[in-house]
Amino acid sequence: MSSDRAAPQAQRLGLRVQDLTVTFDGFKAVDAVSFNVEPGESFGIVGESGSGKSTVLRAICGLAPRTAAQVALTGAGAPAQPASAAWRRQVQMVFQDPYGSLHPRQTVDRILAEPLAIHGISDAEARIEQALDEVGLGSGFRFRYPHQLSGGQRQRIAVARALILQPQVLLLDEPTSALDASVQAEVLNLLEALRAQRGLTFVMVSHDLAVVTHLCQRLLVMQRGKAVETVAAADLAAHRVQADYTRSLMQASLGFQRASA
Amino acid sequence: MSNPAQLPLLSVQDLRVAYPAREGGMTEVVRGVSFTLGRERLGIVGESGSGKSQTGRAIVGLTAPGGVVSAAQLRFGDVDLLRCAPEQRQALRGGRIAMVLQDPKYSLNPVMAIGAQIAETLQAHQPCRAAQARRQVLEALAAVGIEDPARVMKLYPHEVSGGMGQRAMIAMMLIASPELLIADEPTSALDVTVQLQVLGILDRLVAERGMGLIFISHDLRLVSSFCDRVLVMYAGRVVEEIAATELHRAQHPYTQGLLNCLPQLGASRHPLPTLDRKPEWAL
Repeated sequence: MSSDRAAPQAQRLGLRVQDLTVTFDGFKAVDAVSFNVEPGESFGIVGESGSGKSTVLRAICGLAPRTAAQVALTGAGAPAQPASAAWRRQVQMVFQDPYGSLHPRQTVDRILAEPLAIHGISDAEARIEQALDEVGLGSGFRFRYPHQLSGGQRQRIAVARALILQPQVLLLDEPTSALDASVQAEVLNLLEALRAQRGLTFVMVSHDLAVVTHLCQRLLVMQRGKAVETVAAADLAAHRVQADYTRSLMQASLGFQRASA
Repeated sequence: MSNPAQLPLLSVQDLRVAYPAREGGMTEVVRGVSFTLGRERLGIVGESGSGKSQTGRAIVGLTAPGGVVSAAQLRFGDVDLLRCAPEQRQALRGGRIAMVLQDPKYSLNPVMAIGAQIAETLQAHQPCRAAQARRQVLEALAAVGIEDPARVMKLYPHEVSGGMGQRAMIAMMLIASPELLIADEPTSALDVTVQLQVLGILDRLVAERGMGLIFISHDLRLVSSFCDRVLVMYAGRVVEEIAATELHRAQHPYTQGLLNCLPQLGASRHPLPTLDRKPEWAL
């Protein structure tokens, strides 16, 4: 639905993950997972805790071990070396818990200035103002501390921090699971608007099928480190799925059903 | 389905909880909540800060230090909870009234084996021999669907998964056969599939034992699929009380907003409707 109102073809980047395997002390957290995300596409990864879905994201952005052959950006002018400075500038991540992912003793201003300082970007002043405006907070929030913000506002700051480098690929690790349902709707709308505006590529991890199908066009279902199947969101919405595991996840998202005894 | 018994199990009239504000004075976080509960499943729904958990905690007597609880009436069966002696309150807590908390990672004792924690609760309310306690702990763990109770009772909380921990917590709360169970977001920290298993266990136990259940959650859909009756709270007040099956006919714009803002499988709505909070809701 985003292709009709997408941003100009600046340097939109996609992502290719090929046979990604992540091993911790002999335990295979991710086992030969492959997928391809087109530039400007929104791609979801669904699974239970321990399925390895977050580890896939962490491997993409360099927080878990992997090799260059396994993860690559695609598109014109894509930086080749994963976790190089140029790569990190294009690939940013929003974490699950806005209560844990913002430094408690830094102001919003300082939090947002940090990525700019790391990448040697000079017009910090203007960028911070702009980033705050874009996530709908305004400059009034600039000198507050995280504890002075609500959960939804904190998650907006986390989104602003990820977007301030103007990346092309945004990795979202359960961006709304710590939020109330009404605040979740606001953050989802914000993410969707930003993606349409900038032609961003999303990879979003969640255990909530409804949230993923809302935001993503295709999704990968994972179980115990392995890919179960890739389905289009439209097929999932119409209950056209192959694997039993996907079906059980789908049932679960419909809510509690009392067994008629 | 359970029908509300004639004699109310719990009767709450004009419950208020206040905490000292930083600027002096008191801030009321629960502002005049009233309801009666029979042997039924009652849901309390609201966003963070709506006072739903504070309501639950005030009933069990776990309001944080500094908080002041007042009510025209707070009766559990024939006991006046506000005026009874602390010892009597202590005996009720975990005995006839039990509470399941949100996150098993934080609410279980990390340095005590699961079996020992459950046995401690049992001994506190129904003193018995160790062998008898062990037998009952095994039964309790089996009742919450744990397949190998003898192994699990020796494990420590960090050695089990979230779903297993929450089952252990429920086993602990149910071992003294309470008449009223208050579950504060019992499944929010769990995966969707595990959520359903835990709800199934709660549902079966409530039905078998004829307990009253207060189910506190921010997930209106989940609550409505599980409870008989739902109280919707906003800013410390009950804004709407509605039978779970009538939820689609909710009158209050806040309830409607909570229902609408969830993304649904198979319904494509872009952007999602958001809540437009009206100041008069909080009056």
